Amino acid sequence: MQAPPPGALAPRASQFVPRLLIGVALALTAIFVVVPMAYIFHRAFAEGWRLFAANVLEPNTLHAIGLTALVAVLVLPVNIAFGIASAWLIARFTFPGRKLLLTLIEIPFSISPIIAGICYLLLYGRQGLIGPWLIAHDMQILFALPGIVMVTLFVTAPFVMREVLPLMQAQGSEQEQAALTLGASGWQVFRRVTLPNIRWALLYGAVLCGARAVGEFGGVSVVSGNIRGQTNTLPLQIELLFNDLNVTGAFAAATMLTLIALVVLVMKTLMEMRRG
Amino acid sequence: MSITIRNLTRRFGQTEVLRGIDLEIRSGELVALLGPSGSGKTTLLKIIAGLDWPDAGQLTVSNEDWLAKKAQERRTGFVFQHYALFPHMNVRENIAFGLRVLPAAQRPAEADIAGRVAKLLHFLQIDALAYRFPAELSGGQRQRVALGRALAIDPEVLLLDEPFGALDAQVRRDLRRWLREVHDATGSTTIFVTHDQEEAFELADRVVVMGAGRIEQIGRPDEIYDNPATPFVARFLGLTVELPVVVRGGRIEAEGLDISALTLPAHPDGPATLFLRPADIGLVPDPRGSYRVTELSSTGALLRLRLEGPADCSIEVETPRRLGQNLAVGQTVLLRPEAGQIFQQAAPRAIAHAA
Repeated sequence: MQAPPPGALAPRASQFVPRLLIGVALALTAIFVVVPMAYIFHRAFAEGWRLFAANVLEPNTLHAIGLTALVAVLVLPVNIAFGIASAWLIARFTFPGRKLLLTLIEIPFSISPIIAGICYLLLYGRQGLIGPWLIAHDMQILFALPGIVMVTLFVTAPFVMREVLPLMQAQGSEQEQAALTLGASGWQVFRRVTLPNIRWALLYGAVLCGARAVGEFGGVSVVSGNIRGQTNTLPLQIELLFNDLNVTGAFAAATMLTLIALVVLVMKTLMEMRRG
Repeated sequence: MSITIRNLTRRFGQTEVLRGIDLEIRSGELVALLGPSGSGKTTLLKIIAGLDWPDAGQLTVSNEDWLAKKAQERRTGFVFQHYALFPHMNVRENIAFGLRVLPAAQRPAEADIAGRVAKLLHFLQIDALAYRFPAELSGGQRQRVALGRALAIDPEVLLLDEPFGALDAQVRRDLRRWLREVHDATGSTTIFVTHDQEEAFELADRVVVMGAGRIEQIGRPDEIYDNPATPFVARFLGLTVELPVVVRGGRIEAEGLDISALTLPAHPDGPATLFLRPADIGLVPDPRGSYRVTELSSTGALLRLRLEGPADCSIEVETPRRLGQNLAVGQTVLLRPEAGQIFQQAAPRAIAHAA
């Protein structure tokens, strides 16, 4: 609830402190966010459009962009399905271990992604728990696409659920019950009542999940093996280029990642406006 | 559709919410389930709708076993206390929902759906709201839409959970009359849940009073009002003054009580409790009376008095202010009950309320 503004005769408070605080906030944002981001674009284009294009179109970078997109495309649907299912389970039912399940799903929020990567390494690696069995059956998980996708799934698991759950809890199940008494089947209830109610939260969660999947570095760097043109995602490729002292190449690749982030940011803002 | 309920039991963990409900509802009847919160009335309604399931018992509707049918197959019209309208659909889409989800073979053509919705909108007097969304409607309008959505599937059983609970007093009275008209026009069997006795008595053909998971009394409104069957019903219906009395030779004996105006059914001899409404007690100033006025306040139309009587008993009574002109604090009075009910040694109040 917002209080109505006071009448014209109300005494005016000093504007000094609010202005100072606004100024500090703007200055800090500029120093820590805007300037570095602008600098990425500046450096990427510093030696001209042609070099920038050549750097982006360099086969290994191009492959990294494609791989990153592929990982995101594989991870998103899984996490959307998992997010809706787990939120529905937790919001609609009480069962022993419900709180524990919630905590488990949220673990990736609090754990460093690199730990996830190392866990996968210990589990699926050559000397790991199931690694030898996998090798015997000719299944490659580590240093290949499956490992990258699995670590990314782990890191992004809570995003959709966390957005959808509060909404489902707030809305309760009465609308779904009403739909049942009106003769709707389980799928019709989900399709026509549950889903439309959570659609903005779901999309918002999916966008956050996608952004995270594209930008994930720590976990992926452990399990990908950093094979140029094969298992390097875009963030890994940027680091590699940078270590090669190919600064313009690194900045060009970083520009691509930043552009994706900016698109996500705009989408997110638009969605927040829609959600009111 | 007649509804027969036999020995229905429902437990939530350790709590018995319904403890053996037996109830018979005739086709076309309008029945109120009346009781305080926690009496199990909403649970019973949800079991009839198929939104909850009993642990034991039978539910038969027109000789069909409804416990073998899912909520979708029962086709009851259920109206929720907070309406549960679909917020992303406008009024027309809300009402059409039950028709749109029918299997393709039974689903009416789009034009027929539109026609039926239009007819319902007109019947419910909400034509003007057709394209509004639930968020743009008042409580009373939402209630009408919720009822329209339930009626669209031609339910033979209409179930309403506290249908007027969230509305203000004036809208409540209007909608009450209107619901009676809707019921009479559709001829459906209607059951509604309420905690408001006035609502139950004004609207229903028969009232089922529930307390702590049991049916306490079933009857026509006046029957129940005049002859509450148990101390629980008596208290719930406002017979809150309880006086210990002794019945001897069919006559009530109690200190300070003039029972000449009271007609009660015959009661076996022995100690008993007389239940009275605070407003059904005449006060006769009498220096030899054994009740003393200790507090006196006015609500405008009524005088509210606290009286202290024999054996430390303290009661609260009401009397029209114009009849109480000659009453004052400290005065002694004789009680002259005009209506009431007598029960053999009622259970102590606190226990009955905790249940």
